[in-house]
Amino acid sequence: MPESGFPALRAVRWDTVVGALLVVVLLLSFTTVDGFGNALNLSFLIGNTLPIALIALPMTLLVVSGEIDLSVASTAGLSGAVMGALWNQGMSIETIIPVCLLIGVVCGLVNGLLVTRLGLPSLAVTIGTLAAYRGIAQIVLGSDAVTDFPAQYLDFAAGRIGDTFVPYAFLPFLALLAVAVVALHATPFGRSLFAIGASEEAARFAGIRVKRQKLVLFTLTGLMASLTGVFWALHYASARYDNATGLELSVVAAVLLGGIDFDGGKGTLGGAVAGVFLLGALQNVMSLQDVSAQSQTVVTGVLLVLSVLGPRVARQLAVARARRRAVEPPTASKAPAPTP
Amino acid sequence: MRKATVRRTCAALAAVTSLALAATACGGTTKEDVKNEGGAAASAGKADPNAETKKGLTVGFLPKQVNNPYFTTADKGGEKAVKELGSTYKEVGPSSATDTAGQVSYVNTLTQQQVDAMAVSAQDPGALCTALKQAMKNGIKVVTYDSDTTPGCRNAFISQASAEDLGRTEVQLLAEQIGYKGEIAILSAAQTATNQNTWIEFMKDELKDPKYKDMKLVKVAYGNDDAQQSFQQTQGLLQEHPNLKGIISPTTVGIKAAAQYLSGSKYKGKVRLTGLGTPNDMRKYVKNGTVEAFELWDPAKLGELAARTAVALASGQITGQEGETFEAGAMGEYTIGKDGVISLGKPTVFNAGNIDQFDF
Amino acid sequence: MTVTAPEEAPVAGVPEAGATRLVDRVFKMRELAILAVFLVMIGVTQAGNSEFLSEQGIKDLLLNATILVLVATGQSLVVITRNVDLSVGSTLGISAFAAGVHLQGGGNPVVAVALAVLLGTGFGLLNGLLVSLGQVPALVVTLGTLYIIRGIDSIWVGSRQITAADLPGGFVDFGSGGISAVPYLALIALAVLVATAYYLKHFGSGRELYALGSNPEAARLAGIPVRKRILTAYTFCGALAGLAGALYLARFGNVDSGTGSGYELTVVSAVVVGGVVFTGGSGSVYGAALGALLLTSVNSVLPALGVSSVWVLAINGILLILAIAVDRVVALRVASALKKRNARHA
Repeated sequence: MPESGFPALRAVRWDTVVGALLVVVLLLSFTTVDGFGNALNLSFLIGNTLPIALIALPMTLLVVSGEIDLSVASTAGLSGAVMGALWNQGMSIETIIPVCLLIGVVCGLVNGLLVTRLGLPSLAVTIGTLAAYRGIAQIVLGSDAVTDFPAQYLDFAAGRIGDTFVPYAFLPFLALLAVAVVALHATPFGRSLFAIGASEEAARFAGIRVKRQKLVLFTLTGLMASLTGVFWALHYASARYDNATGLELSVVAAVLLGGIDFDGGKGTLGGAVAGVFLLGALQNVMSLQDVSAQSQTVVTGVLLVLSVLGPRVARQLAVARARRRAVEPPTASKAPAPTP
Repeated sequence: MRKATVRRTCAALAAVTSLALAATACGGTTKEDVKNEGGAAASAGKADPNAETKKGLTVGFLPKQVNNPYFTTADKGGEKAVKELGSTYKEVGPSSATDTAGQVSYVNTLTQQQVDAMAVSAQDPGALCTALKQAMKNGIKVVTYDSDTTPGCRNAFISQASAEDLGRTEVQLLAEQIGYKGEIAILSAAQTATNQNTWIEFMKDELKDPKYKDMKLVKVAYGNDDAQQSFQQTQGLLQEHPNLKGIISPTTVGIKAAAQYLSGSKYKGKVRLTGLGTPNDMRKYVKNGTVEAFELWDPAKLGELAARTAVALASGQITGQEGETFEAGAMGEYTIGKDGVISLGKPTVFNAGNIDQFDF
Repeated sequence: MTVTAPEEAPVAGVPEAGATRLVDRVFKMRELAILAVFLVMIGVTQAGNSEFLSEQGIKDLLLNATILVLVATGQSLVVITRNVDLSVGSTLGISAFAAGVHLQGGGNPVVAVALAVLLGTGFGLLNGLLVSLGQVPALVVTLGTLYIIRGIDSIWVGSRQITAADLPGGFVDFGSGGISAVPYLALIALAVLVATAYYLKHFGSGRELYALGSNPEAARLAGIPVRKRILTAYTFCGALAGLAGALYLARFGNVDSGTGSGYELTVVSAVVVGGVVFTGGSGSVYGAALGALLLTSVNSVLPALGVSSVWVLAINGILLILAIAVDRVVALRVASALKKRNARHA
């Protein structure tokens, strides 16, 4: 039936639109914007967008399954703060990083348990943990800003391969992206997430272990958030308790732009990543063109509203069109007029 | 089924923890292994004090936050100087004072736009370094003003007044107002604010002098440069220490919040307030008796000196080494101090007598 | 065979079924719980520091909470309908500046306040239209308008700011003055709060907001004009945010392009702590106001007790999680009690 094909087609189409927009923006900028197309600028663009991209990976999976986690930036900040505090205590960096990742896992677990075991709404809970984790970060590190991490780590996080546009840190990201794409689109685990997002009741009756999947997702999100926190502290060579403040809104905005439906059950990882890099590229280009920070904020807001209005309006138009077609007699039929 | 998951998770956690501990046993890179490099990044080549001041340069100003009245005044001062020297001025910056990632990308933007020099007020001492070093590698001269980075990431730093001068004179100003006796407190900005913390250290050091023996610093509160928080921190200070005689607030946001609160409360006139504020912000409180005197440097002059230093660097007149001197137009001659620091001069004290002469 | 009467839209004068009384009792208990926590906190602080509840101290507590109470009241209406408005902070900022600009040009304070409310209403209307007509999830829309309004505010304000010297003395004095320990601003907020609570309880359209939040489909089928109600909720929320902006100007005497930034999370926390659940359909504005009072007082209690303010954020977060958990447990208990009662009556 053509009707059932439409919703899925629509979801794919918005992702394609975003992907196409990204390509168009990149091409235009390469040719017309001075200072965009060189390796240094591109490496900065990628390096700056990486924290958002890293968190967008598990966030997409989470939103597809119908939940959300607004505490990611605070988890990142907490892991960065712990990293700084332990470093000041004289612990070795090889021990510190796994500990920080562990903290992220715990943060994610707490979120997941609150949502799955206690049945609390994830939006409200993660607003609470957003404050709580950031608060703990402040208690842990206080007013310090730790900057003297070992040079090899700093160079890895901030440097690029020779003189190309590829930052060292981009490669692990690509690997994680590949894992995420496969997990979401090619495994039963991923398919179960779409099912849970579309209808939790139905998924449970179909035998999917909804609570366990969600718990796993929240834990993964916490892990990625702490990884991002460590990356942030090394990339900017500065571990502070207020690192990555506000990052969650940027991730949500980018993921929304990429066509991930907040009601759950729809979206592709490609769209999310395209959304992230589209926003990053647009901001880079606007800055190069001397568009003020405030105007950039307005543009981001308008894009966001359009990105959700667009598909809805398109859907309503298509539904109206389909309804009209069903009412009208089929004019294309070659049935001969009845002869008297 | 649930128990199995829990057991598996615990096993995983145990494995990771033991791996981490094992890594410690094998030794690792710790703080002691990392050495510090000091000193300002002097540009290559020798200074030529007689070099011609280049014209037609582009100088980019990157404050901590655009649309912040303090930085707008400073940057306008810089703009005036740049235009006077025959070059082009531009200003870019993040809209939030705690957006380090944003400020880093603006350093990159200025690098891409191939400016000849940039004047930066750094939100964080270390975060901008990679980007700034890249800029310097591309031949751009980097000057910091108002808030410094680590010395190796810039050619020179324009300090509004020496941190020591600021810290000590704040204490002296308050001490005069409270008769050298009583409990005092400090209302600062964010806990992580580098310049405030440096000044506070000097304040504590000044208080060790025997002439302040009857004065006691009871608390340092943090208002995070937020009006509501500064208000509540001031209230808290007064409730916790009912005998408080004076407050020092070395932040323009903190002092006006504290002044606003005091002027509408029973403590008006009883608790003395001083700190760093702009004449326009504080005019009302000086006139209604809440604040007797406060100080600040002239942000416009700060920006002007930053601009002139940037142009001098770009023209090759100085390289940022200690001891070099250069002419800063009508401002006179300036000498570069240790670590490339150039001090603007002593802070100005504002009180009812002179406050109407200023407009910023 | 019993003939069941056709379903009527829940309107004021609903037959006093035992179920309604039970739910009402639960609401009251929830508010009493917050009040109890608040009083205990104040009591402990007063014991530790006798200066805390002086006349100045009480005035301060009330003044600090006033602005949040106003915005939380407006936000509750929106959350009750199962939506959210993240743009309140930006609206507050731009309205405060609008009022300030008018006063700076020598205008009348009452007109300035009216301007602020008008501007807030306008933005609330925009949000309401996008959510109700566009049928777009409120979270996304108001996130977008948060950015848009903040951007417009920044462009308009530029690098200017309104300082206390620009405002008429009477206006600023009004902001900190009061009748002994009760500030004028708090009286205004109280009046708005009582009026809103009255509307929600005794007017049909008010009760319909609750119905809409508990079950939008059923509400629509029952004939409630869903779109109109959502539009009203958002417009009201915006109007209160605008009023709060004018009061912010009176209280702090200072507005610039960053005013109100980040306020939305504080407001949402106050509302949730106050018992207005995100799933919609329950909670009261009194609860939200108490939540606002509780959260702002934490910030005053800690310094008075000599505890480092570094703990504030963590405590706020834990309070929030506790509130949500308690609400959830209570909701489950009420649901099972209702089920048992219905089973008994069937």
